[in-house]
Amino acid sequence: MSLKATRDAYGEWLKDAGKINKDLVVIDADLSESTKTNVFAKEFPERFFDVGSAEQNLINLSSGLALGGKKVFASSFAIFETGRAWDQIRNIVAHDELNVILVATHAGLSCAADGASHQALEDIALMRVIPNMRVIVPCDAEETKNALDALLSLKGPAYMRLRREKEPIIDKKYKFQIGNAEILSDGSDIALIATGMMVSYSLLAADILKKKGVDASVINVHTIKPLDSQMLCRVAKNTGMLVTVEEHSIYGGLGSAVSEALSECYPVPIHKIGLKDTYGQSARSFEPLLKEYGLTPNQIAESSEKYIKKMKR
Amino acid sequence: MIKNLSSNDLNELSKKIRCDILRMICEAGSGHPGGSLSAIDILLVLYFNVMNHDPKNPEWVDRDRFILSKGHAAPALYTVLAECGYFSKNHLLTLRKIGTILQGHPDKRVTPGIEVSSGSLGNGLSISAGLALAAKIDKKKHHIFCLLGDGECDEGTVWEGAMLAPHYKLNNLTAIIDRNGLQIDGRTETVMRLEPLADKWKAFNWNVIKVDGHNYDALYNAFEESRNEKDKPSVIIASTIKGRGVSFMEGVKEFHGKPPNKLELEQALKELEA
Ligand SMILES: Cc1ncc(C[n+]2csc(CCOP(=O)(O)OP(=O)(O)O)c2C)c(N)n1
Ligand SMILES: [Mg+2]
Repeated sequence: MSLKATRDAYGEWLKDAGKINKDLVVIDADLSESTKTNVFAKEFPERFFDVGSAEQNLINLSSGLALGGKKVFASSFAIFETGRAWDQIRNIVAHDELNVILVATHAGLSCAADGASHQALEDIALMRVIPNMRVIVPCDAEETKNALDALLSLKGPAYMRLRREKEPIIDKKYKFQIGNAEILSDGSDIALIATGMMVSYSLLAADILKKKGVDASVINVHTIKPLDSQMLCRVAKNTGMLVTVEEHSIYGGLGSAVSEALSECYPVPIHKIGLKDTYGQSARSFEPLLKEYGLTPNQIAESSEKYIKKMKR
Repeated sequence: MIKNLSSNDLNELSKKIRCDILRMICEAGSGHPGGSLSAIDILLVLYFNVMNHDPKNPEWVDRDRFILSKGHAAPALYTVLAECGYFSKNHLLTLRKIGTILQGHPDKRVTPGIEVSSGSLGNGLSISAGLALAAKIDKKKHHIFCLLGDGECDEGTVWEGAMLAPHYKLNNLTAIIDRNGLQIDGRTETVMRLEPLADKWKAFNWNVIKVDGHNYDALYNAFEESRNEKDKPSVIIASTIKGRGVSFMEGVKEFHGKPPNKLELEQALKELEA
């Protein structure tokens, strides 16, 4: 499996898309080297604006530009963009359905060394509750570009959650479509419903489970909103039990979204793997931090197996 | 604890502490050397010659308070707190290690001497105003010091606090701006123009003091002036050099958030110990 950071894909995509779409403008808040909007800035300095360290300004400026006919991509770290500027996003961008695409990087634990203040573990929740807001969490760099293509041709706002670190690129046979969940591997004992980088980890966990005689499906939920409830219901009927896996709080994120949907159509036991009502912390590298919070493939497999045993007792 | 160190003593101490900062960040493999080195002289004067505080009793109610609003300069604060005796220096090289008391950004829950957690820019000034107001309500005499970055002043919340503090006549509050002229994306005047910065604060009704942020006597006098101010909060605009003390880091924007590698560390230590 080759490795690439989703934020690098974003930078490359911006540069290509900027050539074709002259209305595309990019705004950043003093983090352009980290978010990779600097790639666009170098190519199209006249369509790139840096507001400095000012996230509320970032969003309101974007709204104004969108009202003025621009297709805006606004970037910062996920924690600051969705946190500090939540009101501006909720009350203007989403309410007025403006053409502002929020592409935030360094989400989840990927901002490992900086610690709790920089690790966005609530951003999916924050964006998911806002009416009109789409929430996209690509599983890898390739899907990041596909999702950006799709968003470029749509009207209205969206939130895209990207990460800092290099991540595996997954073999995919489907054509990306906003709103679809995708089955990556089919098993009937349990389904691992994952988002973002946890998709590739869940595939590895499924391999581990297979060796233990557990047949697991793996589902990629790249669109948390609108959620593909129909397909999730079908999966639930098939396996009778689900595990959700996310690099995010289990409150308000993927696990919550899936639970909300299934409780309406086909309630089954759902085991939620993710951050359990806690802040993150510093670690010198990413992997140990994932381990600290139970998010390695081995831990995902182990925890799923335990849950199956517990529920079958 | 006021040690009244001489300029010479502070200068010697600053070299040692700059070395500690760089060792920590190099060991951690990430962190913010530039803004730590621009701020360290300000911290040394505060913690050794200006503030009433007691490392053996960090919760002493009458202590002066220091709020590091630009939380990414945590290594500077950690080295000074360790030097004062808030915790053992053995912790310094655990910076950013999983489980450490020295998190990437200041974390009140785990580090003795940290008044409030920071790392998300723009919050410290209003928090400091709240501390100053609480002291007023209780007729306490202690003083609140808050260090901001110049790029941090892009945040709207800074100016909300800037409007509030004079309104409540918080003369027990001193803001310090680490005016190193750089933020992450480049020079502050290119990314988001701040000048005329002193006039802005004056217009907001602050007592404005401009000072060389690496001159210990000048800093001391500025702090004393701000303490004696009768009815306004003071802001000290401290001219500094990002990466100060290491030739190849001074004024270099890349060292905002990049650790020195082993070779660079060696060279930096050589320069500082010379
Ligand atoms: C709310 C928020 N937005 C963005 C960041 C990322 N960030 C960290 S440091 C920094 C630049 C700050 O520049 P300045 O205040 O001048 O710091 P200094 O030069 O003193 O290091 C930015 C944008 C942050 N920590 N918090
Ligand atoms: Mg600065």
